[in-house]
Amino acid sequence: MKRLLVLLLTGIATPAFAQAADPHAGHHMPAPAPEAPSDPHAGHDMADMPDAAEPTGTDQSPGSAEAPPVVHDSPAARYWDAKDMAAAAAAEMHPPQPLYSKLTVDLAELRVHDGRDGYAWEAEAWVGDLNRFMLKTKGEGSFGEALDHGEMQALYAKALDPWWNLQAGLRQDIGAGPQRSWATLGVEGRVPYQFEVQAAAFLSDKGQVTGRIEAAYDQRITQKLILQPRVELNLSAQDMPAAHIGDGLTSAELGLRLRYEIRREFAPYIGVHWGWSVGKTADYARAEGKDTRHQSLVAGIRFWF
Amino acid sequence: MTSPQLTRRALVRAATLGGGALAMQPLFPAWAQTVSEGLPTLSGEDITLRIARDTISIDSRPARAISINGTVPAPLLRLKQGQTFRLTVENMLDEDTSIHWHGLLLPFQMDGVPGVSFPGIKPRSRFTYEFPIEQAGTYWYHSHSGLQEMMGAYGPIVIYPAGPEAAPYDRDHVVMLSDHSFVHPARILRNLKVEPGYYNHQRQTLSGLLAGKDQKLTDRMAWGQMRMDPTDLSDVTGKVLTYLINGHGPETNWTALFKPGERVRLRFINGAAMSVFNVRIPGLEMQVVAADGQDVRPVTVDEFQMSPGETYDVIVTPAEDRAFTIVGETVDRSGMAVATLAPRAGMRAPVPPLRPRPLLTMKDMGMEMEGMDMSGHSMRDGANAPQVKLGPGVEMINPMPMDRTGDPGLGLDNLDHRVLVYRDLVALERNPDVRAAEREIEVHLTGAMDRYMWSMDGKTMSEAHEPIPMRAGERVRVTLINDTMMAHPIHLHGHFFELVTGHGDHSPRKHTVNVLPGGKLSWDVTALPGDWAFHCHLFLHMAMGMMRVVQVRPMDGDAA
Repeated sequence: MKRLLVLLLTGIATPAFAQAADPHAGHHMPAPAPEAPSDPHAGHDMADMPDAAEPTGTDQSPGSAEAPPVVHDSPAARYWDAKDMAAAAAAEMHPPQPLYSKLTVDLAELRVHDGRDGYAWEAEAWVGDLNRFMLKTKGEGSFGEALDHGEMQALYAKALDPWWNLQAGLRQDIGAGPQRSWATLGVEGRVPYQFEVQAAAFLSDKGQVTGRIEAAYDQRITQKLILQPRVELNLSAQDMPAAHIGDGLTSAELGLRLRYEIRREFAPYIGVHWGWSVGKTADYARAEGKDTRHQSLVAGIRFWF
Repeated sequence: MTSPQLTRRALVRAATLGGGALAMQPLFPAWAQTVSEGLPTLSGEDITLRIARDTISIDSRPARAISINGTVPAPLLRLKQGQTFRLTVENMLDEDTSIHWHGLLLPFQMDGVPGVSFPGIKPRSRFTYEFPIEQAGTYWYHSHSGLQEMMGAYGPIVIYPAGPEAAPYDRDHVVMLSDHSFVHPARILRNLKVEPGYYNHQRQTLSGLLAGKDQKLTDRMAWGQMRMDPTDLSDVTGKVLTYLINGHGPETNWTALFKPGERVRLRFINGAAMSVFNVRIPGLEMQVVAADGQDVRPVTVDEFQMSPGETYDVIVTPAEDRAFTIVGETVDRSGMAVATLAPRAGMRAPVPPLRPRPLLTMKDMGMEMEGMDMSGHSMRDGANAPQVKLGPGVEMINPMPMDRTGDPGLGLDNLDHRVLVYRDLVALERNPDVRAAEREIEVHLTGAMDRYMWSMDGKTMSEAHEPIPMRAGERVRVTLINDTMMAHPIHLHGHFFELVTGHGDHSPRKHTVNVLPGGKLSWDVTALPGDWAFHCHLFLHMAMGMMRVVQVRPMDGDAA
């Protein structure tokens, strides 16, 4: 056996004093009692050692020899079919990258407020891993009326670091207002203190620029009961009369939802939702005879699969 | 076939103990005695294993599995040091398979890693392994293909020494710990990928805070600020896994028999895919006599932690005529494997309750130094590890890695009984190679729980592609630095390495070593020719890419 040869050669390279110091050579004693396991040299026969202070074995410091070069060969191909081996090596080194996917319906809720009950949704689906194709949608409306406003986004997302994804793509508005198309660029991720944050800028086909910032936090009350505060701020770089949106901060939303995870994937919730129109956007609302402030009780389900 | 040494020993024992039950024992050599009743066993020089899809029963519940010769675990292979070993695998699956001999010294082309040491075994075909059995001790074997190991394709190996046993015993039992899921492992991996905390149902809560449990508010804020979860002890937990001993769930009560006063050798093997176990036998102290199959000076402990891939042989000497419970509690305390050690079948001892789930500490982040305020240190400073590629798959760089070989393992600090630490292990025999390492290699264990990515030096095996080169016969020090918040049991195929724990030429020899979070750990190894897999033995971590090939050249017969 070549392995034995290697061991023999390494034995020759061993300093003589270390060989002489073998305290167990030839011993096949039944289970010596543990003397003092903390003593690193317990059991060494110091008398046999020319220099007891000389470190041996792993007590010695490593040297600084150069690493050998990497060789591009296949020793296994000497024993097995070279073609089979090459195919297996390729499969081992480059396994197919699985595509993961997830559909999350974060909000699917009824909103109860004075006189006009409504609904809202927010959902996203992605496929990929570090690079993802995503669809996002959100919207809200009142029963008996046309959809107040809603949107669809198709995005490409790329992992920037362990916590953040860059997202870029297109958004299409649906519903009562102008049905604009937008280009969007944003980030999504988790900031210190474990808040989930999204921030996106939008550029419309009319050259308008808006922005949106969202944040949420999951506070576990028990393993299954979770209180989630979430906020959303909408901004506009310009006055957009057709959409009844002014410039600056246009609206703010605050929600507080208490969900119960029957399973990780399925959690009914109840909560409160507030919405405010702000600044000139509030003026547009007042001119239309609409409220600038909404307060709703909400009930819904969060689910994913 | 009777071993003269054992015969003499048994007679001496019988005489000194006054005869009685001991004198009645058949004087078979240890390896021929009935061990681990209920475990299917194969021995001899020609063995056939048949790998197939199967349905097994776990605590009377049917579970889909991949079995070997119809059982999970696979049959115990009882071998004798020095014998030749010819083993034919019949692949009845619709996919490639393989068997890797975990801990065995062998020619690399018999090591059984598809794409590294051989091409794998095609569906509906056969493959014969053949090599001499050089060593003695407790080892195991498992599939190295796909998700097969996680589905049951693993089994124990016991090799009886050609000479006398260093730690004599009256009988031995294999105690193979493992985990099995009623959910397909691909589904488990998918859940972890899309929701990394999916199986952690022991997180810190507001009600816990109000009840004074777990961390104080300021600590919770500090960990939240670092985006770290101190309850992230296991990726996959008792929520989806059933913990087994020799294939039996906690309700089945697999029983190892003894006669009071006997020295019983329990051969613990952690064959779990994803579970670290705390092993203890309440009421009995355990004398650790071998680690990873290699004899060590006996160390008496009450508990030890073992990671996937590790084996420990202990000797217990139950004097009383009563049952004892063998407890394998998972590191996150989400479940336990349970068996009984009893004088007669059908007995049971009380099963202790699960102890409270521990928390990770600043030490696990590499942030605890005596008398030093480490709060100013960056948790992800590339300057602390220039060789690591800082990408989305690297969530931290350990700012101050520590030698933790004197620590008993996660959650086992401050117990009022003796817990094994790596530094307790001292090789019984002098190490075969006591040269100083010619050079040192650092390998960073990296990952990002948020994305469920695991790697070495920030790259998965397919990203890195290049192997780690060594010269045949070269003595190399490998230093593993854990840059994650999880423990990683790192396994090198086909070698034993000597842990650098201050024991000189009696360093403990292992094939798998657990690197604690926040820790660094070194070993010296003498490189043997071939291509060898080198990876984390948490199965899904390996599957995600925490793996490399160690390339040792020249091959036998080649010019240097």
